[in-house]
Amino acid sequence: MAKLSQRTMGLRRIKPLYWALAGLALAIVLPLPINDYYRAVLWSMGIYVLLGLGLNIIVGYAGLFQLGHAAFYALGAYTAAMLNLLLGIPLLATLPLAILVAGVAGFIVSRPILHLRGDYLAIVTIAFGEIIRMLLVNNVGGITGGANGLFGVEPIEIFGYEFTSVLSNYYLVLFFVAITIFAVNRLENSRLGRAWMYVREDQVAAEAMGIDTVRVKAIAFVLGSAWAGLAGVLYVSRIGSVSPDLGSFLESVIMFAIVVLGGVGSIPGILVGTLGMIGLPEVFRFVKDWRDAFVGLAMVVMMIFRPGGLLPNRRVAAELETEKDAVATTAASG
Amino acid sequence: MELLAQNLLNGLTIGSFYALVALGYTMVYGVLKLINFAHGGLFMWGAYLGWTFLTILGFLVARTGPFALVPVVILVMITVGLMGVLLERIAYRPLRGTGRLPPVISALGAAFILESAARNLYGASYQVYPTGVDLSGRFNLVGNLTVSYTQVLAVVASLLLMALLYIYVNYTRTGTAMRAVSLDHDTSRLMGIDVNRIIGIVFFIGPALGGAAGVLVALHYGSFNFTLGWTFGLKAFIAAILGGIGNIPGAMLGGLLLGGVESLGAVYLGSQWKDVIAYALLALILIVRPTGILGERVAEKL
Repeated sequence: MAKLSQRTMGLRRIKPLYWALAGLALAIVLPLPINDYYRAVLWSMGIYVLLGLGLNIIVGYAGLFQLGHAAFYALGAYTAAMLNLLLGIPLLATLPLAILVAGVAGFIVSRPILHLRGDYLAIVTIAFGEIIRMLLVNNVGGITGGANGLFGVEPIEIFGYEFTSVLSNYYLVLFFVAITIFAVNRLENSRLGRAWMYVREDQVAAEAMGIDTVRVKAIAFVLGSAWAGLAGVLYVSRIGSVSPDLGSFLESVIMFAIVVLGGVGSIPGILVGTLGMIGLPEVFRFVKDWRDAFVGLAMVVMMIFRPGGLLPNRRVAAELETEKDAVATTAASG
Repeated sequence: MELLAQNLLNGLTIGSFYALVALGYTMVYGVLKLINFAHGGLFMWGAYLGWTFLTILGFLVARTGPFALVPVVILVMITVGLMGVLLERIAYRPLRGTGRLPPVISALGAAFILESAARNLYGASYQVYPTGVDLSGRFNLVGNLTVSYTQVLAVVASLLLMALLYIYVNYTRTGTAMRAVSLDHDTSRLMGIDVNRIIGIVFFIGPALGGAAGVLVALHYGSFNFTLGWTFGLKAFIAAILGGIGNIPGAMLGGLLLGGVESLGAVYLGSQWKDVIAYALLALILIVRPTGILGERVAEKL
């Protein structure tokens, strides 16, 4: 019996920790033999993994449709850039502030809308995202640089070492990705994480069990937004400039698609989703013009054939199975 | 004062377009409880197809001038309507009964396909409607107040289409079936209504109206590109929510209201704040009164 299960389980038998370590080792070695162009692709994938992991807290765990995530990414990037350019604060020191600003903005925006139902919530988040972007475009207070954005931000510097090269920035992002994956993984299995999933599945039952649903949802929103702020600062460190396009709706949808295509609520799913949405289009440049169409096609096809995503979260997958059974039973009895 | 009145007049013109597009959102929401994110894309395709047909029928434009618009609008309505039916078949019908999230994502995906296809096939630059159909004259109203012929034509056409729809939904057999389906699929089926056929009809009429709006809007603005669908579509959706989604007179009211508010905002705050005003209005409505002005309470989580 034991032998049989060993054989049938196959790769599942390997502890997740070893998978993670192997993945980390690969991520460290991978950029070394390739040129700067592909290193930049890896770097940008890292940024989107961070964004995806943050959004996953909101969409995946708490089940809230957030289609304005890019706005918080832009807020983080703008906070860092403005503090650096206007007040001369080193970029690294702006990091906590940028995270704070994005998180607080997430709280302010989410608080009045958390009671809305899924698709309506999506619409309001689009509206808020666009409002934030328009505020940046319209150069509120004359400090956002308008449609052109801001230029000439200094890179992150630690003990005199400047993160100017692509490779160093990649490792910087990788460092934060590793921490994030660890943290999110802990979060997923925490009391709070379970509360999120409970709220996602059945809000009324969750409330009956004593979960403060509004508070729990607000925490998800704040954490996810704060994480987007972090990604924004890392973006500024390599690029050195910011523009309102960072907060565009297209960016938000790409982030949303990363979470959904990989599998809602699944950390490996985020990695796969990022590979599909950011990595592949960069490598296959010829589809670049049609990228949006492919993204759209992938979303439609995926929903038809694999609504749970490529690598669904085990719990979510189990739920989808039971739902399908339930539908089948009602269909049979009706 | 005159500036204000002129702006308000233009705002109401835009508002009647919003209303026409909003009807598509509201009808689909009525029967499927789905926000059809792809509707803006279909509307934009209406503008592009109108441009294409006008170019193909150049000889007709040369001979009859603006009257060439009549067959063009009808052609566009049929084509975009069929696109809508196809969309429902491919992207929505297989997902019926899978909950709320999958259809929304599928709709977003379809919106991306439509927009990307338009950008790649027609290019990103602005398209200009042929000059033959351009009605450059203006009516003089009181004082210095004027409306362009195009404006009058567009408003009259959209009001006519809305009136036809209202009669169709309220006074025909199919319309009655449509209202029944929007209340309850299962019961409608028991009453002998072919629910899939009704949904198909809704997905023809909604996009057909959107396609007509596409031509009229392009005519009004004079030029357009692929970004038209997203912004205008979102505004129209805001109009639908404003009036109360699922409610046909509500969509008309919401459209005119949004057009008016936007134009007032443009006068008092500057036109760069127009979009912010519309989005803020949406957020406000959903927070304070999710039902819209005429709608029932639907936006809250059950």
